[in-house]
Amino acid sequence: MFKKLLSITLAALMVLSLAVVFTGCGSENNSVAGSSSSGAKDSLKFGFIYLHDENSTYDNNFLTAAKEACEKMGVEMINKTNIDESDACKEAALDLVDQGCDIIFADSFGHEDFMIEAAKANPDVQFLHATGTKAHTEKLANFHNAFASIYEGRYLAGIAAGMKINEMIEAGKITKDEAKMGYVGAHPYAEVKSGYTSFYLGAKSVCPTVTMEVKFTGSWYDETLEKEAANKLIADGCVLISQHADSMGAPTACEAAGVPNVSYNGSTVKACPNTFIVSSKINWAPYFEYAINCVKEGKAIDADWTGTVATGSVQLTEVNEKAAAKGTQEAIDAAKADLESGKIKVFDTANFTAKGATLDSYMADVDSDPEFKGDTEVIKDGVFEESKYRSAPYFDIDIDGISVIE
Amino acid sequence: MNKTKTHEPLFHIAKRDSLPVYKSWAIRGMAILAALIVAGVITMLLTGENPIQVYATMFKGAFGTSRRIWSLLQSLAMLLCVALAVTPAFKMRFWNIGAEGQVLIGGLATAACMITLGNKMPNALLILVMIAASMAAAAIWALIPAFFKAKFNTNETLFTLMMNYVAIQLVSYFEKLWENPKGSSNIGIINQSTHAGWLPTIGKFDYLLNIIVVLALAVFMYIYLKYSKHGYELTVVGESENTARYIGLNVKKVIMRTMILSGAICGIAGLLLVGGTNHTITTTTAGGRGFTAIMVSWLAKFNPIIMILTAFLITFLQAGAGEISTVFGLNESFSDIITGIIIFFIIGCEFFINYKLHFRSSHKEVK
Repeated sequence: MFKKLLSITLAALMVLSLAVVFTGCGSENNSVAGSSSSGAKDSLKFGFIYLHDENSTYDNNFLTAAKEACEKMGVEMINKTNIDESDACKEAALDLVDQGCDIIFADSFGHEDFMIEAAKANPDVQFLHATGTKAHTEKLANFHNAFASIYEGRYLAGIAAGMKINEMIEAGKITKDEAKMGYVGAHPYAEVKSGYTSFYLGAKSVCPTVTMEVKFTGSWYDETLEKEAANKLIADGCVLISQHADSMGAPTACEAAGVPNVSYNGSTVKACPNTFIVSSKINWAPYFEYAINCVKEGKAIDADWTGTVATGSVQLTEVNEKAAAKGTQEAIDAAKADLESGKIKVFDTANFTAKGATLDSYMADVDSDPEFKGDTEVIKDGVFEESKYRSAPYFDIDIDGISVIE
Repeated sequence: MNKTKTHEPLFHIAKRDSLPVYKSWAIRGMAILAALIVAGVITMLLTGENPIQVYATMFKGAFGTSRRIWSLLQSLAMLLCVALAVTPAFKMRFWNIGAEGQVLIGGLATAACMITLGNKMPNALLILVMIAASMAAAAIWALIPAFFKAKFNTNETLFTLMMNYVAIQLVSYFEKLWENPKGSSNIGIINQSTHAGWLPTIGKFDYLLNIIVVLALAVFMYIYLKYSKHGYELTVVGESENTARYIGLNVKKVIMRTMILSGAICGIAGLLLVGGTNHTITTTTAGGRGFTAIMVSWLAKFNPIIMILTAFLITFLQAGAGEISTVFGLNESFSDIITGIIIFFIIGCEFFINYKLHFRSSHKEVK
């Protein structure tokens, strides 16, 4: 036994000594990189942290945008994929700091607290976080949230959905009262509610009798559950499906059932050539370029940055002529122009009611705290001002015409 | 009798007497070398990357900076802790594949204390409550299948496996209950501003406490299995239940007692993960350690000290794998392939340590 112990101790010593040698080399390299980059601020390093890898439509959207922005701006990029929403995120961020990154970005909602911890420890590095809610209350100079007014994109996609339903009514396939859409949602969270409400309002703007059923899966990514939810909605008599979840579950269920689908995160036309109508998505490249420019010029990055149609952050894919109603593209283009000029407001209180009444005041839960109490008046001049007081959506009103099923 | 012509196969396999230590370790060393060569060739064929560079990157990913070494030691400690937990059960031939769920339940109990009792009592007392709650909760979680095994001889493999899914569902239920903001099913860092219920850090080393606790556990487990009466009893039950009964052991009691110990240590792993590292809980907090730990324990033949080495090997491969995907832009699946090859060779070489191949020799037939 003694021999065994001795051999183990020796082995451990060897490993440790090797480790020490390699650490020496590692830190040397880092210090060299650090000294050269501190001299000239035009050679930047941008570190990215992703929850999954390119197999998730959500993360793939970020990966593509990161590559596009860094190549365009001539910035070195380091990607860390499959980083859990745990201490691993903080470790990954700190490791990117060690590698000399000037900007570090994380893409998943649950990464936020760990990014804040890393930001507190490294005031000279800029930390960016998508979909988070805490930058405006944490008030750290180097921690920033970002999102996009994707509700505008969903509204436009909703118009395509409404026109498809109008086409079905005109063709006599369904009656006006049977105009019901289905929506597969991840969690009953403001981001999802804001999304499906704007989608519904878009459809309603062209088809006034339309109603919508929502089913939640309780997960951001679960292909089986999303497929089942879509099938349940179809069985309930929904004649068109849209979704806010990250797998191909709902689109492929629609293709199998021959039910038209309005997608998210990017085009699913390859897998669903007969049912895909159009998809809205956020393009993150403009935000990354904005952040890179800020750091290059030594300017402060906004605590909350909201991309819009005008910044190129909110995009719609090409309309699939095979599935869409005639004139869809033209209608989308017209509404898009009206959104940009301010002629249409998605959450105009004249367009929706809650419990039968039109709202003239609403206190939204903009600041994250355990009480979930409304803290900010968000209705002004008859419009619910979404994404104004922070970048992440906070519209969470249950409006008439939309019902949630179990 | 020699004269009857029997067909002798090309080779036959015979069990070896135990090999001297240096020989068996030489075989293991050769296996790792062979694994590295095969993995290298496959790397070159599939990706066109230089395998030496790939290995150097793995090494740098694990040891490149002092932060990475600390991070590696932390992951090693966490994996080792779960491996130590499953060891007494496996030594007793009780196939506890429910460590994943036991760790989660321990973590859930820790999180529950931090959320409901945080800032309501002195921190030292809160931590004591957390320790007691996490160990008790996980021990009970492990005792349930042990009780059914002892009383009704149910299949513990299926039972413990299914308990994992119950634990995961419980955690996702509480994620919903404690979510912030509303509807997000996300708990976030618990008591981020007050640090209530956070295990203390030693100096400026975030992970040192975890590492020391697990090292102490390893020593404890070594002594427990090797020199204690309990350790002896569970070994006998593992070797032969009938023998155990014959020499007057209360087999049911040994099974339940051992699983309580196994569960309690899983509870400590949950405590360290939630209270000492992540300060939050999600369904992925256990992160598959409950299953990887079984391999760590088996590879070390249930010797807690050797387990430090096997756990090191696996965490090294994992840490290196992450760096490969960052530097070479290869998908994480590729590093899984390399890890798979290396582990395959290591497990395979145990065959050559236990058995000998005798090849047919012409010289024998003449006789």
